Amino acid sequence: MARKATATSASTMPNAPQFTQEQDLEAFREMLLIRRFEEKAGQMYGMGLIGGFCHLYIGQEAVVTGITMASEKGKDAQITGYRDHGHMLVMGLDPKGVMAELTGRQGGLSKGKGGSMHMFSNEHRFYGGNGIVGAQVSLGAGLAFASKYTGDGSVSIAYFGDGAANQGQVYESFNMAKLWKLPVVFVIENNKYAMGTSIERAAATTDFSKRGASFDIPGEQVDGMDVRMVYDAAQRAIEHARSGNGPYILEMLTYRYRGHSMSDPAKYRSKDEVTKYRQERDPIEQVRARLIEGGSVSEEDLKKIETEIRAIVTEAADFATNDPEPDASELWTDITIEA
Amino acid sequence: MPQILMPALSPTMEEGKLAKWLVKVGDTVKSGDVLAEIETDKATMEVESVDEGVVKEILIEEGTEGVKVNTPIALVMGEGEEVGEGNRPAAQATSSDPDGDSAVAAAAAPVPAEPRSGAEAPKFVAQNDPDLPDGVEMVEMTVRQALNEAMAEEMRRDKDVFIMGEEVAEYQGAYKITQNLLQEFGAERVIDTPITEHGFAGLAVGAAFAGLKPIVEFMTWNFAMQAIDQIINSAAKQLYMSGGQVTAPMVFRGPNGAAARVAAQHSQDYSAWYAHVPGLTVIAPYSAADAKGLLKAAIRSPNPVVFLENEILYGSTGLVPKVDDFVLPIGKARIAREGADVTIVSFSMGMRYATQATEKLVAAGVDVELIDLRTLRPLDIDTVIESVKKTGRLVTVEEGWPQGGIGADISARVMEQAFDYLDAPVMRVTGKDVPMPYAANLEKLALPNVDEVIAAVNAVTYRS
Repeated sequence: MARKATATSASTMPNAPQFTQEQDLEAFREMLLIRRFEEKAGQMYGMGLIGGFCHLYIGQEAVVTGITMASEKGKDAQITGYRDHGHMLVMGLDPKGVMAELTGRQGGLSKGKGGSMHMFSNEHRFYGGNGIVGAQVSLGAGLAFASKYTGDGSVSIAYFGDGAANQGQVYESFNMAKLWKLPVVFVIENNKYAMGTSIERAAATTDFSKRGASFDIPGEQVDGMDVRMVYDAAQRAIEHARSGNGPYILEMLTYRYRGHSMSDPAKYRSKDEVTKYRQERDPIEQVRARLIEGGSVSEEDLKKIETEIRAIVTEAADFATNDPEPDASELWTDITIEA
Repeated sequence: MPQILMPALSPTMEEGKLAKWLVKVGDTVKSGDVLAEIETDKATMEVESVDEGVVKEILIEEGTEGVKVNTPIALVMGEGEEVGEGNRPAAQATSSDPDGDSAVAAAAAPVPAEPRSGAEAPKFVAQNDPDLPDGVEMVEMTVRQALNEAMAEEMRRDKDVFIMGEEVAEYQGAYKITQNLLQEFGAERVIDTPITEHGFAGLAVGAAFAGLKPIVEFMTWNFAMQAIDQIINSAAKQLYMSGGQVTAPMVFRGPNGAAARVAAQHSQDYSAWYAHVPGLTVIAPYSAADAKGLLKAAIRSPNPVVFLENEILYGSTGLVPKVDDFVLPIGKARIAREGADVTIVSFSMGMRYATQATEKLVAAGVDVELIDLRTLRPLDIDTVIESVKKTGRLVTVEEGWPQGGIGADISARVMEQAFDYLDAPVMRVTGKDVPMPYAANLEKLALPNVDEVIAAVNAVTYRS
């Protein structure tokens, strides 16, 4: 019953943007880290170690990986909603800190006080981890406003889902971003379902790349399962924003394999649909197939990477399991800063 | 040998049915493969493999009901030589082997940290107002001028301070609070926004995350209802949920409460709403001097501040000390008049009714102590308690609705902390418990007034 994923036809598309072997290896490593981390998080949720909500990124790995590869790490700001674990891992936040935040321990990135949906890093310029659907779009426009105000040359990348794309403040932000030519890339991760509601049942128009049309914001629909396509489009979008032309919209056509959150059995879609994506479009298997086809990377080489990734994830899980809960005194800290 | 455990679909699930096995003994499985389906009364879900290996044993047969969460349901053996794939070094095999699972299972119940003495709520201690130099010149100005000066001075002092809002720049402010700021600081720092409260409030919070110090002007606080999610969920909670990493140093300001004859949707006092929220600082000044000194403090604060002004007070005048840098402490009430018979506590527009009532009461021989809270969060309850210990009687005055109001909160705290000192029940003078009517006579009835304050004082001093 073991499933064997096969390379998508996209990987052999003659006009697809090409990756060097080095880029493919980087993408493979980053995406695999997300996949294995999320699988472990799912397992730990099932064991009661992770509470509340837990929104896994499995299936969507190519989106954040390709975009981050095209961005300037440590300079460009990123912000997203609650499906945020993958973003943090790719941006270089410590997997142990992320997993320990999921288990609510003192070594978590937010000292155990934020949880799955609320993690941040000034150092890596990651601004969450936001639990209110759509709020990150205005906040992300604000990060871009600060970039323009200070002239630091950074770009803000604001991710949101097809569900959030129907929120009013998204369009308020589009308007201001274009009006003031803010350096922001709006990334719509269209995974086809806002929790259990398919885009066709929620959106009057389902081509989200055109949602900026009335503000004259350029948009592209991108195969979000192919990390090369994501990277290629992200380069265009980031360059557009960085050079003072204002916002850009990227609609990433992607798919989540798991439910909306861990407690969602995902009965609103067919098993065949999920299987089709996993077997034919899987972002990691596409890269794996390319690397093997390329000839100079062997199965053994990839196995070695997988072993390294497993070790990182196991270490994170062990840390997150054994780290103590925050001290009771933490209840009363970080509410306001004493002037 | 790793055990596959019965998973929980949610934190509340305790047991479920193992509906179906999709693998059999001897099958090779890898990450993401579906091993089994489990059912609860609410849902069916697939159990996926997290690790690679060969199914060695099925411990719970399919169709079994009432399988407790975390019960081992199968054994999956990690890749071994007999599978013929393994050249994996032993050390790697150990670290990548899901021995994490057993560690996870053993420690599934987190070790509780011992509560320590530090688990008490910290007590806020307010600073006193700064001493003014002898013979300092006092300048008469309107609250409007005081607010305008405060912003101009702070914008000169710190280039990260900017103001945005509707009509703040070219129109010079809907209520002229931002007059001449555009001329002095330019369009980069004095920014007219579209009519888009939710969006620009969120945008300003994002700019604050990145290190700027925005002043967001709401044309009135009524319109900030569109933006309240960003004020509370993004700004107020940010420091806490980031474990102290990311802050939102900013000011949300504008006129609050009833203006004149503008009816229900434009006449609401939000004092109690924002004062309810940990993470916010809430300031509601009455005098021109407090307006200036506290707005400067608010702009310098590292925390998100809700600064509640009042349209009717914009034109009222007061004396403001002419010193280089007049900054007042946040969280300190001002004793407007010392007295021994009864304490009246109020803030913002309520102070106008309270002050006029105090003048009449003093003339009638009642020695009133009048306290202007100035800041609503953190609330200077100590000053109120000390006063009540002296007078034994308390009247609160506010324009907001009575239920869950500022007066209700003060009343509860005085009952908790100074019950034995009270010689009469605390009385609240509030706006009436109705949406604001338009008709002039009804509007007057809906608002608190001087006579109601006097009546309340008479009641608590048994002088009726």
